[in-house]
Amino acid sequence: MDARALSRLLIKVYVGIFLVYMLAPLIVMGVAALNNSRFPSVYPWAGFTDRWFVDLWNDDRMLHAASNTVFIALAVVAISIPIGTAAAILINSVQGRFRSFLYGVMVAPILTPGAVIGISTLLFWNNFDVPAGLHLSTLGQCSFISAYVMLLVLARLQTFDPALEEAALDLGASNAQVMRRIMIPHLYPAIGAGALIAFFQSAENFNITLFTKGNSDTLTVYVGSKVRSGITPTINALALMLIALTVIGAITYEVLRRRAERHERELTEQKERDEVMATQPMTVRTASATASGS
Amino acid sequence: MRDILRRYGSTLTCFIVTLPAFWLLALVVLPYMILFEYSLKPMLPVDQLGGPNDVYGIGNYLTFFTSPIHIRIFFLTVFFSSVVTVICLVLSYPLAFFLAKVAKPHNVPTLFMILLIPLWVSEILRSFAWFVVLSFHGPLNALLGGIGVIADPVRWISGFNGVMIGLVYTYVLFMLFPIYNAIQALDSHQIEAAEDLGAPAWRIHWRVVIPHSKPGIASGCVMVFMLSAGSIIVPSLLASPGSRWFTEIVQQWMFEAQDWNTGSAYAFLLLVLCTVFVTLMMRLFKVRLADIAK
Amino acid sequence: MSEDVQLSNVSMDFGKFRAVDRVDITIKAGEFFSFLGPSGCGKTTILRMISGFIDPTQGDVLIGGRSMRGIRPNMRPTVLIFQNLALFPLMTVWENISFGLSVRGADKATQRAKADELLRLVDLPDAAEKAIIQLSGGQKQRVAIARALAVEPKVMLLDEPLSALDLKLRQHMRSELRAIQKRTNVTFIYITHDQGEALAMSDRVGVMSNGVLQQVGTPQEIYNHPVNAFVASFVGENNVFPGRVIAAENGFGQIETEFGKFNARLGPGVNLGTTAKLYVRPERSSLAPTPTPGGNELPVEVMELTFEGNFINVLTRDDRGFLHMVQLQNDPGEKPLALGSKLRLSFQPADGVVLGEAQARSLA
Repeated sequence: MDARALSRLLIKVYVGIFLVYMLAPLIVMGVAALNNSRFPSVYPWAGFTDRWFVDLWNDDRMLHAASNTVFIALAVVAISIPIGTAAAILINSVQGRFRSFLYGVMVAPILTPGAVIGISTLLFWNNFDVPAGLHLSTLGQCSFISAYVMLLVLARLQTFDPALEEAALDLGASNAQVMRRIMIPHLYPAIGAGALIAFFQSAENFNITLFTKGNSDTLTVYVGSKVRSGITPTINALALMLIALTVIGAITYEVLRRRAERHERELTEQKERDEVMATQPMTVRTASATASGS
Repeated sequence: MRDILRRYGSTLTCFIVTLPAFWLLALVVLPYMILFEYSLKPMLPVDQLGGPNDVYGIGNYLTFFTSPIHIRIFFLTVFFSSVVTVICLVLSYPLAFFLAKVAKPHNVPTLFMILLIPLWVSEILRSFAWFVVLSFHGPLNALLGGIGVIADPVRWISGFNGVMIGLVYTYVLFMLFPIYNAIQALDSHQIEAAEDLGAPAWRIHWRVVIPHSKPGIASGCVMVFMLSAGSIIVPSLLASPGSRWFTEIVQQWMFEAQDWNTGSAYAFLLLVLCTVFVTLMMRLFKVRLADIAK
Repeated sequence: MSEDVQLSNVSMDFGKFRAVDRVDITIKAGEFFSFLGPSGCGKTTILRMISGFIDPTQGDVLIGGRSMRGIRPNMRPTVLIFQNLALFPLMTVWENISFGLSVRGADKATQRAKADELLRLVDLPDAAEKAIIQLSGGQKQRVAIARALAVEPKVMLLDEPLSALDLKLRQHMRSELRAIQKRTNVTFIYITHDQGEALAMSDRVGVMSNGVLQQVGTPQEIYNHPVNAFVASFVGENNVFPGRVIAAENGFGQIETEFGKFNARLGPGVNLGTTAKLYVRPERSSLAPTPTPGGNELPVEVMELTFEGNFINVLTRDDRGFLHMVQLQNDPGEKPLALGSKLRLSFQPADGVVLGEAQARSLA
């Protein structure tokens, strides 16, 4: 085997090992949810059980924490999408030094440790006598999640043809109509992706939530505290459910994506066929039209 | 400003400007400033606020600088976060290169999906997974003992090992994606041209691929370092006696001592650390802040 | 007066750069008017001023006698057809066409009916439900026109719409556009750098260079009676003889060039002593074996013959080595010219014109 093929093989082996490295611990963790052992483990195997799922279902505090998490996540999506979209449009409309400066300030929260964001949010709103709680966690999370939304929307905005805005204006649309019917629809993919990312980033956030939640429970912090105090495989049960959800989500996305790709390909092929037909002389066109019965 | 008004009309311009303004002022800039302000004031009981003792001073910072334990922990945090960053870089680079240049294009989205599953599952579950795997009676020891590599079970979570392993696993994907983006933008023909001219593989990487992917590498290093140094759950979950992390001290000040002033000083130190690191990376790799984006 | 488009001494400055220089013209309602000129001559800027995306630095745009200053594009009775067409990619063909109606609050049925009507007008009866990416170049063109016509504008502005199409399609669309204009009687203001297009489609043409309107007239006037060197050279082919005017009387004169003295018409602003150029069209030149009395002539040698079907292009060279083109009608009865034959190129005085330089751009 020559050097080139050998290196290709090596890198494929490496990729394989990496994927195993990424997924194996999750599998282990998930399988441990089914093991009838008080301490989460897969070895020694003490038999299949679903009691941890039952315990999970009965854990009221966990359910309450989960609903809080969802509540915050939805609020974060509702706030960060408009902010991020507006920020992307703003940045796209300015140039030069101001643009770079603005961009720097907007990206800063992503590069800031969650603890810092959490504590500073707590202190700032404390000035206005706003106590710690779910709403404070929402605001703290929005500070960096808006930046993610902004980046996604901005990238999509770069592919927008400004002539479309002008054409719409020219045809009589008001500014609001142009935004609503031309620009926002173009941004839907980015807004959709942004909403998804915002939701999940919010749900899994720990550091900011820890400092801002006050006495309320959220899923991540509750799990964190449970893990440190008294571990039972209920956590694994939760993990297994989340993993299963994620995998199902990933597979669905993949299937939809492949289907869209195929549809796109068919459309282009049809168009190419139409164009060839259009350049044929009249007689050929009518002949094939009658032949295909159209 | 006038261009924005012209392009969008007054109502929309209002939104486009005020939403980001609220975000950047109320959720980013002002909170950091308040954080700094708090850090310069001593902790006082409520009745003494605004009184003669409520003055600015660096007392809280002195608390840090006069505590050998805290200083030691700070430097260990920096050191091990840097080690984690380097390990992540070494692990991610080949995979990023593979995904960007070697793998067949229609396989890439699928591979991405698989890699994204651990990311969606959330930070806390990623660290918990390793907790299960590395536990004394856990599967790793069982596996290694079973195939005869070790005689007695190894206490994996000792010193900083557990923390490092956990951090690498939890944050390696944040190194992978920026580097992938950067390498992807490189024109494959450049690599082929270098091969054509007879350059060996390592040379091609050193002279062609790596220089081009510097923004991605810088971006990845910044993210991983920031996440590691600021990580709370991983070091606490995979802790062993003697592996205290700096964020743990911040927590102690904020929650156990309820001393928000000293806590904010320590948090500010963490912020300074990350800012210094970002600036260092920018100088080292000669990239601008605008390049550090997803 | 009704719905005429008037540019009243309009200038447009971008900083120190004057893109449009004191253009003053009235385009009559129902006219097909073209602005013709090379890239950068200011024609696109004029179009954007008429449509309302920019306001002139000086002067005013009036439509139907009303000043348009400060009136935004969505309030003007104009519609612009962009060079890249700017069809809305996320909407179907009929939704594109009826967009103007939908933003005015028309209900779906009315919109669809109007779209169908216009699709028949532009000869695309089955295209209503198609997506934009399914359309070919020529089809997109027609949808863009249908979309513009749907809002029943008084003035249609077209920004080099045919430049992206291939030759056959371009020629086909030329006659289509002209037919549509005649049928709807909408004022068409068309900009292009292609003189063939401008001459073929327009009622009147305005030739522009460096922001200045050099000449306005019917296609015949522009072609047969250009007023300066720029217009003469931009439109059609020429043989050019630089020199100095040594005699002038009643619009005719004599110009002394290094090729000899020639009698010809004098263009505007050309007087005794002016340094100018003589322009003669190839198709108004002829080749004769022997000298002709009274005419202007130049001894040349035949270098190359290009047979173009209905005419023959003869490339000749004079004793100084300069090349001149003569265009002859194809007469199958005549013996073809031999290469290398020594002939005399000549033209009638009325077929040559001496012209001065183009008007230059003034400073902002």
